[in-house]
Amino acid sequence: MEEIEEKTNSEEKDYSIYQDINIDNILYSTIIPKKNQEKKPYKAIDPREIYVFIPGTILKIFVEKKDKVKKGEKLITFQAMKMDNVLLAPMDGVIENVFVKEGENVNKSQILIKIK
Amino acid sequence: MSVKQKTIDLRKRMQEALQGGGSKAIEKQKATGKLTARERIVTLLDPNSFFEYDLFVEHSGKDFDMDKKYLPGDGVLTGTGTINGHPVCIYAQDFTVAGGSLGYMHAKKITKIMDHAMKLKVPIIGINDSGGARIQEGVNSLAGYGEIFYRNTLASGVIPQISVILGPCAGGAVYSPALTDFVFVVDKISKMFITGPEVIKTVLGEEISMEELGGARVQAELTGNAHFFAESEEECFDQIKKLVSFIPWNNTKKAEAFPKKSPKTKSYKIDSVFPTNPQLPYDVRSIIKAISDDSDFLEIHERWAANIVVGFARLNGQSVGFVANQPLVLAGVLDVDSSDKAARFIRYCNAFNIPLVTLVDLPGYLPGIDQEHAGVIRHGAKILYAYSEATVPKITVILRKAYGGGYIAMCSNHLRADFVFAWPTAEIAVMGPEGAANIIFRSEILAAENPEEMRKKKIAEYKKKFANPYVAAAYGYVDAVIDPSETRHFLIHALDISKDKQEARPYKKHGIPPF
Repeated sequence: MEEIEEKTNSEEKDYSIYQDINIDNILYSTIIPKKNQEKKPYKAIDPREIYVFIPGTILKIFVEKKDKVKKGEKLITFQAMKMDNVLLAPMDGVIENVFVKEGENVNKSQILIKIK
Repeated sequence: MSVKQKTIDLRKRMQEALQGGGSKAIEKQKATGKLTARERIVTLLDPNSFFEYDLFVEHSGKDFDMDKKYLPGDGVLTGTGTINGHPVCIYAQDFTVAGGSLGYMHAKKITKIMDHAMKLKVPIIGINDSGGARIQEGVNSLAGYGEIFYRNTLASGVIPQISVILGPCAGGAVYSPALTDFVFVVDKISKMFITGPEVIKTVLGEEISMEELGGARVQAELTGNAHFFAESEEECFDQIKKLVSFIPWNNTKKAEAFPKKSPKTKSYKIDSVFPTNPQLPYDVRSIIKAISDDSDFLEIHERWAANIVVGFARLNGQSVGFVANQPLVLAGVLDVDSSDKAARFIRYCNAFNIPLVTLVDLPGYLPGIDQEHAGVIRHGAKILYAYSEATVPKITVILRKAYGGGYIAMCSNHLRADFVFAWPTAEIAVMGPEGAANIIFRSEILAAENPEEMRKKKIAEYKKKFANPYVAAAYGYVDAVIDPSETRHFLIHALDISKDKQEARPYKKHGIPPF
């Protein structure tokens, strides 16, 4: 039988290189990978803000600032992936602002229109 | 012509075909640090064991003046050979011939060797190095891909399928590796993606290099598409040779038994790496090495979802698949990726008759909005499904924490583990003591004069009573509480006794796992 070393346990090791993670109110010291550290804080979706969901080009804008719109009304047509897409008003309301112009190239997650 | 003359003619024809894309193209291939298709096969297989088939196959393209072109072997080498003396079928795309592009006859060569592998019940190894579909052959090249994917699916779980990405593998081509069991990549050489950087730039306006989009590191660390990462092609071939030593040649066989070896107990001592305090980390791979033959552990998906460890080792010469929570990373929690990783490995072991050894030490599932929204319910369920479905010998050792849903998921008695052992350091409970005490003694804590003191007292009370293996053992959910130093002994006993295990499952066409 091999001799079992006396200095066996954790207390003598240096755990300061690790970070803490809280799971069910208990802190565990561990390595937290970069992917888990780079988490973006959660932002609730505001249905009054209309964003680009796919990059493309604005073809036509049907509304202006202060226009009253009804749910389902056409707001913008734009071209992306060789398709014409139509953006409709998600609710009744008044246009608070239009952030783009006809012919403009838009990128993903860019804001288009805000409704009051 | 005499036999001799005919033989000379044969040699001449062979010479021509063996040149591949010619010296210039070969030079270009070498300049990028790559071996040629033929060199790759010869390096991977046992010396002088390669027999080539279909050297004289020619492409069938008629349009765009393709009929005037000669493409040696149509850009792919196929054949049979041996690794460690065992037969395999193999193909390697030859980038020096028309960029390794896949036309109809190129695909036919591949599907022919795949059919061969299925009939002979031997592994199929595919070396991918191709620019993609041969556009000139139009829908025929798509047909070729489709025929390969269909065969990959039929062969899945019947013969081992290994994909080696040694160059570009783009567009539809990626789906053959994705359907196979193990994908090997090499740094700076492998590139996999569905849509390349150019398309992404024109359509989305986002700029990214091939390497950043789908290089070896991305596939091995970020996406989990690749199981093994190597710095060079030679290292990659060594990894393949090692892997095939652990797995059986088809699903009717068991993995080859090796002479038994003791663990390297001088380098790996359970006692010196294992902290009894459940909040402290250690590398669970040291525990695996401390109990495995020769302390030899082949880790799969080493760089992806490192909060769970999976891979092959041997106990008394017999191959086993280890699944172990890794307290070193993210405290060993289950999350979307680690569930995915473990479930796939469990299903692999079950399909190929490799017993499963599960080492448990986890605080539960990873909390977070991103996890919930990424579908941790659906992904987490994969582990439960895979363990419950598995009928190979299933042996579980609970090292420390086994809390809540995590306890159930990690091959508990309830998912029909054949043996559940626990170390005396095990804490099998519905949740961590802090959380449990806060809920159970809530009113007492709130009503106390000094709530903080009362909380501490109640946590200590709960810990003493429930943070141990004996409550679970009292119900028979744990079969034996064992001395950690005897773990290997108990595992070998469990494996020996379950050699002829048979367990029936209700008849079904197939289940519907949550993927």
